[in-house]
Amino acid sequence: MGRVILHSDLNSFYASVECLYRPELKKKPVVVCGKQSTRHGIILAKNEIAKRFGVRTGEAIWEAQSKCPNLVLLPPNYSRYLRFSELAMSVYRNYTDKIESFGIDECWMDITESTRLFGNGESLAHKIKEKIKNELGITVSVGVSYNKIFAKLGSDLKKPDEVTVINRDNFKDTVWPLPVNELLYVGPATKRKLNRIGIFTIGDLANTHMAFLVKLLGKWGETIWAFANGYDATPVNKTDHDGIIKSIGNSLTAPRDLTCDEDVKMLIYVLSESVGKRLRKHNLKGKTVQISIKANDLSLIERQAGFDDYTYTSSLIAEKAFKIFTRNWDWSKNIRLLGVRAANLVTANEYVQLSLFSDGRKAKRELLDRSIDSIRSRFGHYSVQRALLLRKKRENGLNINPVEDHVIHPISFFKGHI
Amino acid sequence: MWMRKAYVEVLVRYTREGQKIPILIIWEDGRKFSVDRVLDIRRAASLKAGGQGIRYRCRICSKETFLWFEEGKWFVEAL
Ligand SMILES: [Mg+2]
Repeated sequence: MGRVILHSDLNSFYASVECLYRPELKKKPVVVCGKQSTRHGIILAKNEIAKRFGVRTGEAIWEAQSKCPNLVLLPPNYSRYLRFSELAMSVYRNYTDKIESFGIDECWMDITESTRLFGNGESLAHKIKEKIKNELGITVSVGVSYNKIFAKLGSDLKKPDEVTVINRDNFKDTVWPLPVNELLYVGPATKRKLNRIGIFTIGDLANTHMAFLVKLLGKWGETIWAFANGYDATPVNKTDHDGIIKSIGNSLTAPRDLTCDEDVKMLIYVLSESVGKRLRKHNLKGKTVQISIKANDLSLIERQAGFDDYTYTSSLIAEKAFKIFTRNWDWSKNIRLLGVRAANLVTANEYVQLSLFSDGRKAKRELLDRSIDSIRSRFGHYSVQRALLLRKKRENGLNINPVEDHVIHPISFFKGHI
Repeated sequence: MWMRKAYVEVLVRYTREGQKIPILIIWEDGRKFSVDRVLDIRRAASLKAGGQGIRYRCRICSKETFLWFEEGKWFVEAL
């Protein structure tokens, strides 16, 4: 018998929590957004009703209002979201301790062992869904499958407040007709490449010759081909015991071995930008930077260093990461994989301590990063770039858009696999 | 449809195990109601008043009422 994996997704999480606390808003279009007066006034989350008006996460407030004039705007309340995220975790922990968080509102559970005690995957998914609804007052959608990729896909298929089962008997009917970009980690760039050669659905991808995909996409082609066929065997990695996000990291197997400081610097900036972006998205700041380096002989080292102050600024993370690197690497070997991670996290708006002697540079850099995020969300990742990354763009292939291309994975996803 | 979230003052007995048992509820206007019996204690959301915490199902003056303990404060659903 195979594994039983659940993927649980809190529906319209921020907006649902807000509507729980404001029952009079439940029937109105509601969004959670940044401050209207500042430049980072973008939509962070929307409820189902706002979604029906075409309101999208990441767009500017004025854009959303032009589609939906009666939109109710609410400021985010991150400490409350963290409390609800932790409450959801405590529900999940009734059934298994093999839980891997994927952001603040999603997680995988391996319940293979638990099914003997609690019934099959589907009935357990219903139990969890009802318990969350009663105890938290918000809803989840749950995907049930024999691998993480299909479980995740399942939780997206029907929502809110639904359970979707994808098993070996029905995956060809349920998963294969879906557009190929529904598959986790197939971003717009990969989608474009696949579409160009006539691969439009997940089924198309699954039925393409694997060697052909490897020629087109490299090792990555093999990975997504396996995903499409349900061969994903990545384990559910236990996140930290208390379930709260302890760190945010990205790692990347380089398209070719890295051979000099300049290569490494470039990749560190690519990774740090992605880490910074994810920190800002979750409104977190970190005090520690960790790097991991895997050499071409597959030996692995991990090193870390701290900041004086908490930050989510990409360039500060990159500078620190590169400093750690130069202090710890003598180039006796070339490098296959790099990882950058921010740890020792706090929520960004809870920790506001402006130094008396601050010259405002820190705040400026933070504002700059927020602005870049908003430009990229509107015009695409490559609309703003670091000069450093432009330098050898063509020949070295290291300037990769970590978010749109989805070649960088949260480290936990492939832990022990890279 | 929805109700008001009315915060109340509560006299609480702590059991030896550290569990909180409400004994007396003091209403906003000062009226006092003694809790005859706690019938059920569980984690629950209040969809009517908007909240989430530990919910005490209490018998007060021979009527059943829900009382919530949420992040250090007590509330009831009120009209
Ligand atoms: Mg969600």
